[in-house]
Amino acid sequence: MSPTAKSNGAAKAGAKPKLAIFGAASCGGCDIAIVNIHEHIVEVAAAFDIVLWPTIMDGKYADIESMADGEITITLVSGSMRTDETVHLARMLRRKSKFMVAFGSCASEGCIPGLANLSSRKQIIDTAFSTTSTDNPDGIRPIWEYQAPEGVLHLPEFEPMLRTLDQVVEVDYTIPGCPPESKQIWAALQAVVAALNGTGPLPPKGSVLGAGESTVCDECARKRDVKKIDRFVRIQQVAHFDPEICLLEQGLPCNGPATRDGCGALCPAVGAPCIGCYGAADGVIDYGARLISAYASVVEAQKPDDIDKVLDGIVDPAGQFYRFSLAGSLLRSSKAAWDTDGEN
Amino acid sequence: MSAQAPVAPAPAEGTAPAATFEPVIIGFTCNWCSYRAADLAGTARTKYPPNVRLIRLMCSGRLDPTFVLKAYAEGADAVMVSGCHPGECHYIEQNYKALRRFQLLARTIEALGIEPARLQLVWASAAEGVRLANEIARVTEEVRALGPLNWPAGNMVDLDAFNLDTAWKATGGDADGPPATPGGTNPEHAAEAAR
Repeated sequence: MSPTAKSNGAAKAGAKPKLAIFGAASCGGCDIAIVNIHEHIVEVAAAFDIVLWPTIMDGKYADIESMADGEITITLVSGSMRTDETVHLARMLRRKSKFMVAFGSCASEGCIPGLANLSSRKQIIDTAFSTTSTDNPDGIRPIWEYQAPEGVLHLPEFEPMLRTLDQVVEVDYTIPGCPPESKQIWAALQAVVAALNGTGPLPPKGSVLGAGESTVCDECARKRDVKKIDRFVRIQQVAHFDPEICLLEQGLPCNGPATRDGCGALCPAVGAPCIGCYGAADGVIDYGARLISAYASVVEAQKPDDIDKVLDGIVDPAGQFYRFSLAGSLLRSSKAAWDTDGEN
Repeated sequence: MSAQAPVAPAPAEGTAPAATFEPVIIGFTCNWCSYRAADLAGTARTKYPPNVRLIRLMCSGRLDPTFVLKAYAEGADAVMVSGCHPGECHYIEQNYKALRRFQLLARTIEALGIEPARLQLVWASAAEGVRLANEIARVTEEVRALGPLNWPAGNMVDLDAFNLDTAWKATGGDADGPPATPGGTNPEHAAEAAR
């Protein structure tokens, strides 16, 4: 688009609002979830001028860079902040956007990539480049700068710590989920369009869109009554679970009590425990802490040794309580990630 | 150094100030037993290290693990949880909940690399002022021996702390950093707030 055409477009009354969809450190699942709104995607294209969506269409960062500040109406960022390049692009998009949305679990709380914060950068790179499954006889390591004959080449630097979007830029709204449910995405987009058209209220800043305000337990159809647990088991250890009764009461560590509703409790409905992909329920500061509280309240044991026997069933507490939320938690990482004696 | 020895009330002036690390310990005490034990220690002029900052809860069962994690994240070197002895809870059995939370939280922080001694559970009845004072002294010395925790969570946004000489900084590509008015560039919200 030539600069002239762009300024004409901006000046024209009733020009379509601009939409950017940017994937940082993400798996692409969020983009698939957006496309999964099926034919509604045509309505999205009708309502917005999509200026950037690297997964789906061509678009140049330079074009975004040349835009005026605030020219993009809304930017959806999926993925977490892993390299200095994504941090730079997130900041650039923040400047160009009126509304910034943390889209999906990675952007809002770190998600699975955030579990990298259990290790230092050196440990991660050593694992990736020097474990027995890697054919790397020369012990090659990534470098961020390379002196080529033509000049210095810069590669995106893998930062020492993975961060969530709101740890890097101001975020206006959050759409949770790994990935967000497509019908919820469509509902959130409709709400945004309505607000832009003046036919609906503008959600307050900081709102969580496309999800409920309660917990997955509230959406779950399973029956709860005894609220006592005398053992924790892993799902592969038991051949048959009662299809009607709460999975947590049957000893499966289910993350429903701390997890935001909005997914429709899909996992417990098919006999798999909630793993917490919709993030923390309303009012929860630290997802893991809330879950620790919930589990500890229902364990039926009073002597330290008996309690330990029950808790032995939770084999990986960090993974159980922070599978999706480590980078966005109060501690953000394990000590190993930053206490490195300068080796990073 | 004398810091290694588990001593009873050790005044900080006793050792060389520059070389002595003074840990910050957040102590959560219950209204009915351990807070009164601390009170009793005060009334009886029983000394305990000033490293502990006591926070009164109505019951140890009120202890949300969030409090503990927030303490670490904001600079505490250790957390001491204290309540009525098992079987003596003012609210019948809530200290058992506190015990279970403590044990599960202890496993979790260990998985996150925090030394177990940085989270301690101490039972103390309202009559056990001396016991509580001794326990505070013990915890203080254990944490002093471990050294500071210095959890950087709150500062992680500042990547300069990691001494990153990044490509973007080198090229000046990101020299401007975050917007000067973070989030303030949003006329819709400003208008909404003005209403």
